[in-house]
This record gives sequence, C-alpha cells and structure tokens, in this order.
Amino acid sequence: MIDFAFFVEIVPTLLSGLPLTLQLAALSIAIGFALALLLALAQQGNHRILVWPIRSFVAVFRGTPLLVQIFLIYYGLGQFRPTLQAVGLWWLFREPYWCAIIALSLNTAAYGSEILRGAIQGVPRGLLEAASALGMTRLHTLRLVVLPLALRQAIPSYSNEIILMVKGTSLASIVTLMEVTGIAQGLISQTYRAVEVFVAAGAIYLTINFTIISALNALETWLTPYRVRA
Amino acid sequence: MTDALHILSLGKGGWGGALLLAAGVTFALSVLGFLLGALFGAVAASGRLSTRAVPSWLAKGYGTVFRGVPDLLTIYLLYYGGSIALTEIGKFFGSAGFVGLPTFATGVLAIGIISGAYQAEVYRGAYLAVDLGQFEASKALGLSRFQLLRLVIVPQLTRHALPGLGNVWQLVLKDSALISVIGLVELMRQSQIGAGSMREPFVFYLAAAALYFLIAAVTGSVFRYGEARAWRGMVHA
Repeated sequence: MIDFAFFVEIVPTLLSGLPLTLQLAALSIAIGFALALLLALAQQGNHRILVWPIRSFVAVFRGTPLLVQIFLIYYGLGQFRPTLQAVGLWWLFREPYWCAIIALSLNTAAYGSEILRGAIQGVPRGLLEAASALGMTRLHTLRLVVLPLALRQAIPSYSNEIILMVKGTSLASIVTLMEVTGIAQGLISQTYRAVEVFVAAGAIYLTINFTIISALNALETWLTPYRVRA
Repeated sequence: MTDALHILSLGKGGWGGALLLAAGVTFALSVLGFLLGALFGAVAASGRLSTRAVPSWLAKGYGTVFRGVPDLLTIYLLYYGGSIALTEIGKFFGSAGFVGLPTFATGVLAIGIISGAYQAEVYRGAYLAVDLGQFEASKALGLSRFQLLRLVIVPQLTRHALPGLGNVWQLVLKDSALISVIGLVELMRQSQIGAGSMREPFVFYLAAAALYFLIAAVTGSVFRYGEARAWRGMVHA
C-alpha cells in the first residue's frame, strides 16, 4: 500500500533542495574540469617539478574519503582564521557552501585529470608528427588536433565521474547545506517514513543522472559519428 | 596550536591509540561490507546473465538504484528504516522509545548493498570475458555445473575481475567514512570526537586522511599481488 498523498506532500519539499544540488554539482564539475584539464596538460611535458606535485595531489585526493576532504577544508582550515583573514580569503572558507564547492572541485579535478591524461596520451603519435610536419605550433596542435580527439575519447569515463559528483553533492548536507539529501534526512526524522522519502529523493537523483547520461550519450554520438556502432 | 605530535601520541593523553583502534574498525567494516557485497554482487551478476526476464530485470534495477542514488541516502534508508521497524516491534513487545539498529551491522549491510551493485558489474564483465570454448570443453569433459564453475570458470573469472574489484574496494574504504553519520565510532567519527574535544580539527582530519591513505595504499598492493598470482603462468598482453 503506497500512500500517494504522502508523496504529494514530500516531493515539493524535496524539490526545494534541487536548485542547491544542481548548483553544487554544476559549479564543482565546471571548476573541476577546468582544473583537471590544466593538471593533465601540465603533466604532458614531463617536467619533474610539475609532475611530482601534481601526482601527489592526485594520489592524496583519490586516496582519501571526500567527507574527510570536506571536513579538512571546512573545519580544519577554519582553525587558521586569523591567517585566512590576513590574506583576505576568510569569506571563502567561512561559508560551508564554498568549502563544499572547493572540496568537490578538487576531488573531481584529481579523478578527472587522470581520465584526461589517459585520453591525451591516447592520441596517436602519428597525428602529432603530422601536425608538426605541417608546421603547426604546439598551441595549434593542442587546439586543433589533441584536444578535439582527447576530449571525445574521454566522454564515457568522464560521464561516470560526473555521476559520482552529482552523488557527491549529498555530502554537503553534513556541513549544514540543505540540498536534496539534507532535506530527505530531515523529513525521515520528522515523519519516520524512511522508505517513502528514500523512494522520492532517490527518484530525483536517478532523474538527474539519467538526464546527464542521455545528454552525454547524445553528445558522444554527435561528436563521434564515425565510431557509432550499428 | 599545541603540539600535534603530542595530541596524536600513543601515550597518556594522546589520541593515537584511539585513532588506530578506530582505523581498525574502519578496516573491519570495509572488509565485511566488501565480502557481503561480493555475495550480493555474485547473485546480481548471475541475475543479469540469466536469460529469464524477471531475474535479469531485478538485477538491473538493483544496480541502477544503488549506483545512481547517493550512498548517504541509502545509509539513511537502512538505518532509519530499520530502526523504525525495530521500534515498532519493540512497541509490540511493550518497550517504549526509539530502538536504534546496531550501527556496525547496519554499516556492513549498507556497504554490502552499495558495493554489491558495483561488484555485480565487475563479475558480469569478467564472466563474459571467459572464452566460450572453456564452457564447451568442460561440457565435453562431462563436468557437472558445479565443477565447471569451481574448476574452470571462477579461476579464470578472478583474473579479469581483480582489477575492477580493486577499484570497488577503494570505493568501499572511502565510503565507510559515511557510516560515521549513523554514529558508529570508526576512523571518521573518532576524528570528529577528537577534533571537537581538543579543538584541533586540522590535526585530527589530517591524521584521519593519512590513515585512510595508508590503508588504501597497503590494501592496494595486496590487490596487485593477487592479480599477479591470478595471472601466474599465463602470457598476458
């Protein structure tokens, strides 16, 4: 027996958290992607001074839980308030919103940079040689040859990472941000109806993820018509 | 800032011992959850591989839901849902008040259900990677279904599954930190307790990060060793 009246009651409440969930996801995915691309490109030159710190950053953010990262940035750095105030960054680390975005962005940048690094390395060497034979500069080669191919190559793996990030935004509720999961938890402890709230909140996340996957699949088909299998 | 080394020391007044113990809880929680997930994953994978519609459909639904919904939400469902049911049962037997589920068992179950959804995909892929000729040869040799699985399929499946399982294990280890929200004193929760009581969040969360990193690194090398063993005697591309 499913109580439809109860769903009608809780769905709008849960949906009121959707803008925050989407904001957290969109901002951190965008910032994270930009950072990931920079990190992936910086490792192409094989300069030790660049590669070693990046590899360490990636290892640390991939090897520790996202929750620890959020706590370290929000509560941990909060301990250095005077210093942060002195350098004018306190407004950023004071807000759970920005701390969550920073943690999520750095986390996805670490995973994303590995995906993009692999994709860039997957560009056939012959193409690079051809580009240089044509007299293209390094920037030209990057813009016209490497990135178009590598980014197409990276779409399937990167879409997994995007889904993980959408799910990751739920951890922001632990630092007081009332996004969908935070509201869901509140509803469960008020109404004692865990299953119904789970179904409703879960449906919201599944809809977001399904939309993203469909959009990225369409993007992939559109960008790589030559690879589409019958 | 007081001396971080003193706070984290193993001696009197230090939190080192408590953190190490909590890291042990994290490890135990993750291992048991992962093993339970292996069971769920194997069942779900056989469902997905089944030619019958209902098992395949159920297994697909299980994977879609628990890989698509935030793990935190699943944890809340199990803990609150279970506790509410338990409270009702308690009322029936005349106990008043909220009965909470045991947090460790709930954590193992949550990690089992979540990681099972991921492990199912790994096992399915590994099963499909086993050469069809192996099945035919086993049939020709007259092996029973159980012998076929135990002697032929599982050893070969392991080879293909281990890299994927290693990834799932790393996911499980990091997911176990979320169990802290239901009050289990594992590494994350113990760090919160220490951070609150000593007013040194940075030191405690950094220590927690280091311990998670250490467990991940050590267990990661176990998986690499296992992979090398599973492939012994085989030429591999």
